[in-house]
Amino acid sequence: MCLGIPGRIVAISDPDAMLAVVDVSGVRRTVDVVCVAQESAPLEELIGVWVLVHVGFAMSRIDEEEAAATLKVLAEIGEMDGEMEALRTGSLDLLPQAN
Amino acid sequence: MNSPFSLSRRAPRKVTQPFVTLAHGGGGTAMRDLIEDVFLEAFSGAGHPAPEDQARFDLAALAAKGDRLAFTTDAFVVDPLFFPGGDIGTLAVCGTINDLAVGGARPVALSCAVIIEEGLPVETLRRVVASMARTAAEAGVAIVTGDTKVVARGACDKLFLTTTGIGVVRAGLDVGIAKGRPGDVVLVNGLLGDHGAAILNARGDLALETPIESDCAPLHDLIDVLIAAAPGVRMMRDATRGGAAAVLNELAEASAVGVRLRELDVPLRPEVNGFCEILGLDPLYLANEGKLVAVVPPEEAQAALDAWRAHPLGRDAAAIGRLVAERPGRVVMETRFGGERIVDMLVGDQLPRIC
Amino acid sequence: MRFVDEFRDPALATALIREIGVLSARLERGRANPIAVMEVCGGHTHAIFRYGLEGLLPDLIEFVHGPGCPVCVLPMGRVDDCVAIAERPEVIFATFGDAMRVPGSRKSLLQAKAEGADVRMVYSPLDALELARRNPGREVVFFGLGFETTMPSTALTVLRAAREGIANFSVFCNHITIIPTLRALLEQPDFGIDGFIGPGHVSMVIGTAPYRFIAQEFGRPLVVAGFEPIDLLQSLLMILRQMAAGEARIENQYARVVPEQGNPAALKAVAQVYEPRPTFEWRGLGSIAGSGVRLTEPYAAFDAERRFAVPDIKVADPAACRCGEVLTGAVKPWACPVFGTGCTPEMPLGALMVSSEGACAAYYQYGGVRGAAA
Repeated sequence: MCLGIPGRIVAISDPDAMLAVVDVSGVRRTVDVVCVAQESAPLEELIGVWVLVHVGFAMSRIDEEEAAATLKVLAEIGEMDGEMEALRTGSLDLLPQAN
Repeated sequence: MNSPFSLSRRAPRKVTQPFVTLAHGGGGTAMRDLIEDVFLEAFSGAGHPAPEDQARFDLAALAAKGDRLAFTTDAFVVDPLFFPGGDIGTLAVCGTINDLAVGGARPVALSCAVIIEEGLPVETLRRVVASMARTAAEAGVAIVTGDTKVVARGACDKLFLTTTGIGVVRAGLDVGIAKGRPGDVVLVNGLLGDHGAAILNARGDLALETPIESDCAPLHDLIDVLIAAAPGVRMMRDATRGGAAAVLNELAEASAVGVRLRELDVPLRPEVNGFCEILGLDPLYLANEGKLVAVVPPEEAQAALDAWRAHPLGRDAAAIGRLVAERPGRVVMETRFGGERIVDMLVGDQLPRIC
Repeated sequence: MRFVDEFRDPALATALIREIGVLSARLERGRANPIAVMEVCGGHTHAIFRYGLEGLLPDLIEFVHGPGCPVCVLPMGRVDDCVAIAERPEVIFATFGDAMRVPGSRKSLLQAKAEGADVRMVYSPLDALELARRNPGREVVFFGLGFETTMPSTALTVLRAAREGIANFSVFCNHITIIPTLRALLEQPDFGIDGFIGPGHVSMVIGTAPYRFIAQEFGRPLVVAGFEPIDLLQSLLMILRQMAAGEARIENQYARVVPEQGNPAALKAVAQVYEPRPTFEWRGLGSIAGSGVRLTEPYAAFDAERRFAVPDIKVADPAACRCGEVLTGAVKPWACPVFGTGCTPEMPLGALMVSSEGACAAYYQYGGVRGAAA
């Protein structure tokens, strides 16, 4: 249920209607920003903010610090694993005879 | 009405009405004007329209090009008629050229049957016909015969095209969907899913803005390059409806081999990836109109890739997997962690998975 | 793609899987059954199959695919109601794409469309509202479907319609809430689930507090998880660590998106527009008290059920289906007598074959690595 995807707010399209434009990998869509707007700040404050988009609504601001903290915990688990760097290789060799 | 392109004795008249009406299909002068002004005018530049009810070919000249005749037909009903990267006309020409070319044939000539819903703007028809003529001319293929029908409003959707093509298969070349063998390498000539994403988006229901354009292109030249570099090529198919997934499933079944794909090696445009992430679609099932899947023996794979990457339509070519003996009939995707999932045929159209 | 690619790193996955292996081996001692973890959300089920996670994990760990696919749990009678509304000549029926194939007792929306009903696929309820603006002479009905994640978007659209005075827009409300259903599952005798992977996008709306009873009353850990494969693996590891420590807590792996308190603006709109129904029927699970919502009195004008005298058809689930047992983890999809024979994605009988997020459809399409393998 509930497909959601991170996107970045790139413009405010209609401040009165609380609509903004969000960019997901070069695909753009007008979204409702009622759930992520701050009452005390102008909507322009949202430009550049990463949000989680679900069915045309920005439903949550993505917290970059929390994302970094999660990745840090993951990195620590990774460090316990000696082979981790060795595993970070590119594509499997589909063309063995060419090498 | 078998001779739409036949030359009349009186001077052709311009079609001045803004819309196609039933009279334009009625067999009288209105029809003759439409054919001569819209079709003949455009297509005579592309080849040699037949002065008879049928195009005629010199058998000896055809036989000199190869050892078998290839013959194929395809109907085009795309909605909308115009989309980023092409229109129904470019599709109709490229689609049939590609269906000939993937059989190892050099395309020779096309026919075109046109079904028009009354009320279609004549200007729209002119634009489509101009695209067909241009695409055919660029591909060096003539449109040599055709037919026009006009139907009552509601009996078809704006404009349907059917193109039929003949080509000559290179002597000795024998490619086929049942010819894959374990060890063979699966190649694609570029980024997958552009056409399907462009069409879905062009329908406008989803209100997404993307720079994605259809990849619609004639592939016969790219196939020439492939055959020169990899003469042992076993199979070629253009990955249209059902996407690469459909072709690979047919291959697995017909060749009684397993197909093992690597997710990380499947070339995708970032925007198509974003489009699919937003809508919950799998790009492997999106249609392509300028991409083919080829299977080559392992020792020819690198040469084939190098040759493709030097061609404008193959810049992003990639080896996406290989054929294996295990699990014959199945297409298995090795995910980016080495997990696996089965890539099955779809039941129907892929619908956005939103909820 | 930022905030996505980082959480698809194969090297991190390998490290996590190793840790999970070590810990689950330790936990296994003295257990008769595998460790059963339920991912509540259909989006998680989809990700597990898409990335082939089951095959990478030790056999000691078993995912049980929970009831969180709103398309799958929609009862046939409600689909029949949808079709009845969609077939009215004045109606444009706007729906998410994946709801179009769900079979009713007579037909799906896709079949109704083929027979002439004006059914439009939309990405957002906002697009349905736009259809209403552009077609003032028609009645535009939006098929409101989904859990707490999707509820605010429909509510905010209704509020927008009310503000703009758009009179030809209404919602056929089938929104459901996951919490009563989790409680109903947990209250079943012999409910053999050791821990839960909590629904990340539901939680960004409702926060983490509503899950507390799961730990406090039922002694099970729940970890709210994101939807990328690394999120799922990390959440699984967090559950195992709680089990190893003999704890049962609510944790939040998906803190980058899920604030502990949820989203106040979304919750406010939900409270304004919806009220609980006494009971709501789930395909495969039966009626669950307090699990559905409808529009409140001030927004009654936007309620399609009140606007169009819906037939309110009740249709029993097909007798051969064992969807309910699959949903609770009592049986695996391939143990159902009609799996892959009487019930396929082309002609689904049971709820779980309907959407690609349903457990049965996922096994059928992607091929369960362990049981239902090719």
